[in-house]
Amino acid sequence: MSSPAAPAEVELQEPVEVDDPERDRPWIVIVWNDPINLMSYVTFVFQKLFGYSREKATKLMLQVHNEGKAVVSGGTREKAEHDVARLHSHGLWATMRQD
Amino acid sequence: MFVPSPIERTRDGDFRLRLSDGERDLLTSLPAELTALIEADPADPELRRLFPPAYEDDEESEVEFHRLMHEELLAGRREALQVLAETARSDRLSSEQLDAWLRALTDLRLALGTRLGVTEETYDREIDPDDPRAFELSVFAYLSWLQEHAVAAADAS
Repeated sequence: MSSPAAPAEVELQEPVEVDDPERDRPWIVIVWNDPINLMSYVTFVFQKLFGYSREKATKLMLQVHNEGKAVVSGGTREKAEHDVARLHSHGLWATMRQD
Repeated sequence: MFVPSPIERTRDGDFRLRLSDGERDLLTSLPAELTALIEADPADPELRRLFPPAYEDDEESEVEFHRLMHEELLAGRREALQVLAETARSDRLSSEQLDAWLRALTDLRLALGTRLGVTEETYDREIDPDDPRAFELSVFAYLSWLQEHAVAAADAS
């Protein structure tokens, strides 16, 4: 890893703030039912990744199991991508979309 | 008949393994097989459950997500499978190792379950010894049983 010295003069461009309501709409993270992941494991993952109580995690797991999907988290696009990646790393079938 | 749990939390906060030599052999060889499949072709349809898309219908965002996250996901999977193979003959696991076991067992079950076309009914069906897939079905059933105990042990901590 290197850390090059900064050039003497850098032209900084200010980011342009655009008020775009479309961009600000929150994102939701959805977990889909699958026949392979164990119910106990899915509950465990919700508790571990999101810090949910056992009660809340179980409720979400049952919603996934019975209704085919559940919204498990949400927020900015970056947060949703982070959560989806963590769910994928635990083998859960998660997607994201704008609410 | 009382069957002791294969994975049990100890008072020291680690986890005791009670597995036969045959089970330990299996848990040593399966991770290497899956790792080889992943290295050969991560886009193999049989591995699709390991690398699902993040975006439902936004191809451009999906390509970018894949570009940013795929290597990390790949590395995490490889690492967890390696921990499972390397600790399958241990007497005890640390909580970090148990966490890797949970993820590796999940990946093994996702890959094998996809290949076998597992459905909710698979779990209730007796395995027909004449079924050409009988061995793989029994491996899948074994991994499911073991993971159930691994989750219970992790939950108890």
